[in-house]
Amino acid sequence: MAVLDILVYPDATLKQASEPVTVFDDEFRQFLADLDETRLAAPGCVGIAAPQVGRFQRVAIVDVSNNPKHKNNGCMVLVNPEITAWEGYKKGREGCLSVPDYTGNVMRATSISLEAMDSNGNPVKYECEGFEAVAVQHEIDHLDGLLFLDRLVSRRNDLFKRKNYKK
Amino acid sequence: MEKWYMLTLVGEDRPGIVAKLTHALFEGGCNLGEASMMRLGGNFTIMLMVGFDGRSKQLIELVSPVSESLDLHLHIDKIKAHLHQHLDPDVRISVYGADRPGIVSEVTGALAESGLHILDLESDVAGSEDAPIYIMHIEGHAAEGVGSLQAALSIMKGRGIETNLTEIDTLIG
Repeated sequence: MAVLDILVYPDATLKQASEPVTVFDDEFRQFLADLDETRLAAPGCVGIAAPQVGRFQRVAIVDVSNNPKHKNNGCMVLVNPEITAWEGYKKGREGCLSVPDYTGNVMRATSISLEAMDSNGNPVKYECEGFEAVAVQHEIDHLDGLLFLDRLVSRRNDLFKRKNYKK
Repeated sequence: MEKWYMLTLVGEDRPGIVAKLTHALFEGGCNLGEASMMRLGGNFTIMLMVGFDGRSKQLIELVSPVSESLDLHLHIDKIKAHLHQHLDPDVRISVYGADRPGIVSEVTGALAESGLHILDLESDVAGSEDAPIYIMHIEGHAAEGVGSLQAALSIMKGRGIETNLTEIDTLIG
């Protein structure tokens, strides 16, 4: 087991899309263990994606169960994940291991359906809502080369002043 | 290490203020830090951290031609400042009600007594001139937990002030 080095923006590789996983061998499973150890070594970190440690494969781990008030599926190892349904949207505050010393507001779907593979390549399905759904969306963005900085919404004007509506 | 100054500029709003000011600062060898700039009541207001190795007199000489040409009041303070010292808010409070004197004082007074450290506040007057509405957003740190803030805010309801408190659960991923 090993704690891996985290890539930090402006490292340009964080902005590249990752490739699907095709080989599910012991080396891959060892990498997953290292990836989760890396996540656990960062205080308060609930998710991590493989490209954050320089491995550009479509893999993420999300576990929000350390705070029991968040509805959760436990520790989810998500290989080649796809979001198949979205519902609702809500603004939340996000930060990122790859963007130290900054948090910002981002709009995310409030509940999602998810299809992925586990560490052995078997298909898995999850339903996620609230904080867990946000964490999954944040991590899957990494697999597409997107950071939460790409989705920031203004801190101002949460209540919009509306002029006249057209009738 | 770089010396930090806080530049405050206020004046009637017009297009191009930020571009002209920051061009002069860049040409003068300044490095910009955190900033808040916005239009308030038809004025443009700037609060800007500027890293500059020279003395404040030199910085004034650098900025004055721009501020004078744009009719901006200029104020410069040498400040003790550091970057990378953000405090993360854990609570967001929005407040609104029919505008009247005292809303901000009452609300922030009650919140301060209940342990709120305000990190960010913005407010607006909306509605019409006949029936103005006061709207305020606060982000802050609840040193004594959100329960005591909720209790403080519930008192406001009886005074015609609507409040909404949301906990900010920052996701680190």
